[in-house]
Amino acid sequence: MLSDRELARKSLLCRRQVLQIIKQAGAGHTGGSLSCVDILNVLYHRVLRVSPATFTDPRRDRYIQSKGHSVEALYVVLADCGFFPATELETLCRYRSPFVGHPTRKVPGIEHNTGALGHGLSFSVGLALGAKMDQAGFRVFTLLGDGELAEGSNWEAAMAAAHYRLANLTAIVDCNTLQITGRTRDVMNFEPLAEKFAAFGWAVRQVDGHDLAALTDALQAPLAAARPGVVIARTVKGRGVSFMEDAAKWHHGVPSDEEYTRALAEIDAALAALEEASA
Amino acid sequence: MSAPAFPMYGPAAVRTAERLGLKLGRPNLDAFADTLLGLARADRNVLAVTSDSRGSGRLGPFGQALPEQMVEVGIAEQNLVGIAAGLAAAGKTVFAVAPACFLTARALEQIKNDVAYADQPVVLVGISAGVSYGALGTTHHSLHDFAALRAIHNLTLIAPADNFETREAVKAAAAARRPVYLRFGKAPLYDLPPAGGAFAIGRARPVGNGTDLAFIATGETVIHALLAAANLEERDGLKCRVLSLPTIKPLDTAAIVQAARDCGAILTVEEHLVCGGLGEACAGVLAQAGVSCRFKIIGIPDEDTVTGSQADIFRHYGLTMEGLAQTARDWLHGHSVST
Repeated sequence: MLSDRELARKSLLCRRQVLQIIKQAGAGHTGGSLSCVDILNVLYHRVLRVSPATFTDPRRDRYIQSKGHSVEALYVVLADCGFFPATELETLCRYRSPFVGHPTRKVPGIEHNTGALGHGLSFSVGLALGAKMDQAGFRVFTLLGDGELAEGSNWEAAMAAAHYRLANLTAIVDCNTLQITGRTRDVMNFEPLAEKFAAFGWAVRQVDGHDLAALTDALQAPLAAARPGVVIARTVKGRGVSFMEDAAKWHHGVPSDEEYTRALAEIDAALAALEEASA
Repeated sequence: MSAPAFPMYGPAAVRTAERLGLKLGRPNLDAFADTLLGLARADRNVLAVTSDSRGSGRLGPFGQALPEQMVEVGIAEQNLVGIAAGLAAAGKTVFAVAPACFLTARALEQIKNDVAYADQPVVLVGISAGVSYGALGTTHHSLHDFAALRAIHNLTLIAPADNFETREAVKAAAAARRPVYLRFGKAPLYDLPPAGGAFAIGRARPVGNGTDLAFIATGETVIHALLAAANLEERDGLKCRVLSLPTIKPLDTAAIVQAARDCGAILTVEEHLVCGGLGEACAGVLAQAGVSCRFKIIGIPDEDTVTGSQADIFRHYGLTMEGLAQTARDWLHGHSVST
């Protein structure tokens, strides 16, 4: 298994590539992709039992990205895992490219078409229930945005997951506290979130969503024996680029040439610092 | 609820059905539930998913016989369809059953994205469709479902006309391994004559032959069109073609064009708003084929729908034998006078 430092380096490289493909495409969801990169890297490198070779195995673990708009992070992580060559991402959002602005099953490694919010949790409940019926043993993970939780269908699914005692289901909330209009607490307050999920019958863990060890600890095994689990990952939108961090305007902002240069320089400096520390 | 003031099949319709040798069958919902139970007994991967709708869906016996194969999601249609899609992705053959009015409106985005766009093999079952819940008001009518679902890519739409078409459609939908919508009512229906032949998705079934006029009908209106054709033959000497179109999408375009060429006059009949349903679909086929004929759409008009029993509403809008025959008579006569 990759060390925390190796995984941290991967995350920095992924952030760099997220910015590259968004800059090249002239479109993308920058802030939310940067906030969930660490979560995705922990999932794909430490938790999920899935690889390009096992992607058609019915017993593989499933990852459903309900916050589909942060697809750039998913594309970059899947490419890094070998599901397709990273060079294919140069076609992001181009005419007839399979790499559209939200996940689709046309892309190797992607389990479900998402993009409309409030769909991934219900779909994941169905997958987890099917696995439980067949004693298939696989786990189901879904990544939700915090703004997404205003969609009522999430709470229908939350009830059902607890009702069916789906311990093989783990939801992760990328809780970056910003949505397109501004602060989630101002747009539609969802706090106290941990208490809400607990009241719905879920096991709850709150972690720093950029702490690779803490994420690993929360995700590597189900949180409870007979209940679904939710990991509330407290994250920073735009994480890794100082001027993009915690700013709603970077929800789907595309950096100017000057901003792009500055952003890559910051990430490269962080990479250099990491190399230096490990030397 | 008091008994309807008007029976679905009046004395003249019953006499006509008897003259044709038709037997009164069961509601399509019952035929659906029996067929599904048979499929599920043979394959433990066949599931029924319900939203507090097992009673309305006649699935009580299914739940008792195969409790492990029934999934209840509560009154939550969006979750119903999302969970059904996830179960399908886990390898199950899933029938998601809910009143058509809620299933195809409340969960339309889940149908579009989680089922059709994601190409998950879910069979969506709209029960008590059309004006089956006529007295309960517009909230409970589904007169929009053909129109809404026709505009979604990768979804087969089937409205069976009798118990035979229902049984065949349920089996075909399970075998199709693709997104399908089935639409059922809850009134007893006469079995159509065997002349219609085998059932196949996308194929019209000719249940009456002639060239003076063609009725093209779907779902629970087909029997009324057939009886109207018999009435027109008996009283006016007209020989009418009657096509049952169980599949609204994909349409049997060849049968529609042939009917126009052979008969020169088409009446379409549906338990749906006249906007975006069978009639407009047929008109589009003919216009694009460059075939012109006299053409009239009979359905629920674009107005505040009257309430009452399904039979009351059918009578009000001329969807029963008497109404359809009279409309055809007036229409043909009007044309013959004017030409």
